[in-house]
Amino acid sequence: MQHGKYRFIAGFLILPLAIYGIFVISPFVQAVYYSFTDWTGLSPDFRVTGTENYRRLWNDDVFWTSVGHNVLLLLVLPLVTLGLGLFFAFMLNVGGRRRKNAAVAGVRGSGFYKIVYFFPQVLSIAIVALLFQFAYNPNSGALNSFLSAIGLDSVRPAWLGDPSLALWCVMAVMVWSNVGFYVVLFSAGMSSIPRDFYEAALLDGANRVQTFFRITLPLLWDTVQTGWVYMGIMALDSFAVVQIMTVGPGGPDYSTEVLSFYLYTKAFRDGQAGYATTLGVALLIVTLIFAGIVMKLGRRERLEY
Amino acid sequence: MGSTPEFSRRAFSRRDLIKRAAALGLIAVPTVSALSACASGDGGDGDKQVDKGRKTDRNPLAVNESAPLDVVIFDGGFGQQYAKDAEAEYRKAFPGAQVKHAATQEIQTQLQPRFNGGTPPDLIDNSGAKQMDMGTLVGKKQLTDLNTLLDAPSYDDPAKKVRDTLRPGVVEMGQFDGNETWILYYAYTVYGVWYSKTNLQKLDAQYPETWDEMLKVCEAAKKKGIAGWTYAGKHPYYLPFSLYPFIAKIGGVEVLNNIDNLEPNAWKAPAVKAAFEAYYELYRKGYILQGTPGLTHIESQTAWNEGKALFLPNGSWVENESKKTTPQDFRMAVGAPSSLDKSDKMPFGTLWASGGEPFIVPKNAKNPQGGMELLRIMLGRKSSQNFIKSVSSLTSFNGGTDGLTLPPGLASSQEALAKAGKNVVNPRIQDWYVALQKEKIGVAAIGEMMAGRMTPDETIAKIQRFADETAKDSSVKKYKHK
Repeated sequence: MQHGKYRFIAGFLILPLAIYGIFVISPFVQAVYYSFTDWTGLSPDFRVTGTENYRRLWNDDVFWTSVGHNVLLLLVLPLVTLGLGLFFAFMLNVGGRRRKNAAVAGVRGSGFYKIVYFFPQVLSIAIVALLFQFAYNPNSGALNSFLSAIGLDSVRPAWLGDPSLALWCVMAVMVWSNVGFYVVLFSAGMSSIPRDFYEAALLDGANRVQTFFRITLPLLWDTVQTGWVYMGIMALDSFAVVQIMTVGPGGPDYSTEVLSFYLYTKAFRDGQAGYATTLGVALLIVTLIFAGIVMKLGRRERLEY
Repeated sequence: MGSTPEFSRRAFSRRDLIKRAAALGLIAVPTVSALSACASGDGGDGDKQVDKGRKTDRNPLAVNESAPLDVVIFDGGFGQQYAKDAEAEYRKAFPGAQVKHAATQEIQTQLQPRFNGGTPPDLIDNSGAKQMDMGTLVGKKQLTDLNTLLDAPSYDDPAKKVRDTLRPGVVEMGQFDGNETWILYYAYTVYGVWYSKTNLQKLDAQYPETWDEMLKVCEAAKKKGIAGWTYAGKHPYYLPFSLYPFIAKIGGVEVLNNIDNLEPNAWKAPAVKAAFEAYYELYRKGYILQGTPGLTHIESQTAWNEGKALFLPNGSWVENESKKTTPQDFRMAVGAPSSLDKSDKMPFGTLWASGGEPFIVPKNAKNPQGGMELLRIMLGRKSSQNFIKSVSSLTSFNGGTDGLTLPPGLASSQEALAKAGKNVVNPRIQDWYVALQKEKIGVAAIGEMMAGRMTPDETIAKIQRFADETAKDSSVKKYKHK
């Protein structure tokens, strides 16, 4: 039966592979080609300029600033979002007080919380960004109104208007809008962990923290890893939030500039599609490096249960 | 069935397969969304155009009477009704023609592919935050020379050419290097310091004609808990609307021309420093509305409408845009930049006014005569009056206001224009070098200065560096004042 296995698989895959080749691989190849041209995006007339775009990229301060921001997002966003997601999911499923007949249970009202956490996920990111833009309004926004309501009138940050805060404001919105999804994802993962593992641990006198690190997390590792890749992609993108919310957008003083937004302004505002594809290739390289690292770091022995 | 266990143990597990496939797909997702839209298309050839019609007195552009017309309008501050009304006139003149009307705010994303494919519409209002880069369109020869239209008899008076019925400076704005006119700006915008006569009256003040008075008015306002100024902090490139004419007023129009021409050390002129320091003083003395650096243009306009701040650098579209939040008795008005001192090179009243709403006829349009004919109709008295009445903004047609009761802001714009007379300046940097003007000078320099994070000297040095970089950047097409 082993004989002809690959041909058998390929037979099934040929159509999806063809579609993938036409709509995914070929634009990639084209993009790499265009990155060596001075194409404006406004007319089909362009010429090949060799590595000119790449030389320009190397000396482009804004490009390096945005790479820096993307890397920071890449480090902070998954950590915070997945950390919060795990914590909430644990509390909802395992963290509650012990009740009769059940080894583990979530905190009271966990069913309700689950829905509440998921709620932001239902809203389009454009709406979320717009709502937060109102909340960040330095004069009438919810945040500063709250600060003055508790007597902190003198502390009135400009939030998005302050270069040292703006990127963190962007991150906060992305965490807020994504954490619910991971709560649900991890909850699903946790509910498939057999209850007797917890019972055994409790009999041995493990507390909640120990249960989490010795049982929940190792058994959930695959899901966490997938979540990490997803969240990394969110961090590399972050286009919508930056474009809708920030000063400029991308400011103040390039403090929220990210690769995807910079690419967009070059392609569509400045009519430099060739250079924009060069940025796209750079983004591809960053993404590949990230995916490689995650796959490498995340490799662990799988526990079957 | 017998093969399944062996299959999964020996080669690779089903899970592994799925995981690897998923990982591959995930890598592809963000980059693909950014890249896949690009394909440069095959371009167009001119021979797809419709035949010309018969040239008559009523049809001087020889429009093909039955050819369809394809119009795309930017649906922004001025809406789209004015264009629809003009199209109705067009249909009346050419009953056999079908007019396809589309309105959008996403000009580039909708039209860029059509340019690439060689099938652009016949007339476009290329406006808004997402407009297509004019320099590139001109540089790549994608537009029709509108001199044909400008030399045609005007809609109302066949003895006069269209060119001679326009406001001063409009035609020049549509030219780049040569004598071809690529763009026709339809709206006519007055930029300056916008205020409410009512709110100034409450402080027993009038619009300050000198900077010392300006500071006094702001101080008086501050004592009452009102801010002197606010501006679109999230889009600090609104500040130049009053700052650039202020620079011209102090140092003469050459200073602005040097800036537009990207001359070395253009920003180091004493007039620039004087103007920047005057504006920085507004920040230093606490005359700027708290939190302004975090406000959008709408939020700043609303705060200004609510009387939280007295002055707002803006353009004449603000009257229409802030209609819903403006109180009945607001009495909106525009002021020219105040005089800094007696040594100013230009008199009080010097003002920035220029065309807005750039209309273009693509070179590969199927019915370019039709596109130009619609513009000719729009530049007639009837359509102009309609525009003025419905969106309270002037048009490039010089006139059309007689017999109309103008809303306060528009009436004030007209007074300001009359007072300015010949002293109208028109900095071109914002349409020649969009990236430099908006994100570099606007957001990364002037915005930082007005938020108090940079001194005027640092700001000027930074802007000069940005300007020099642009001057050296071979990927940006350069323009010069003639």
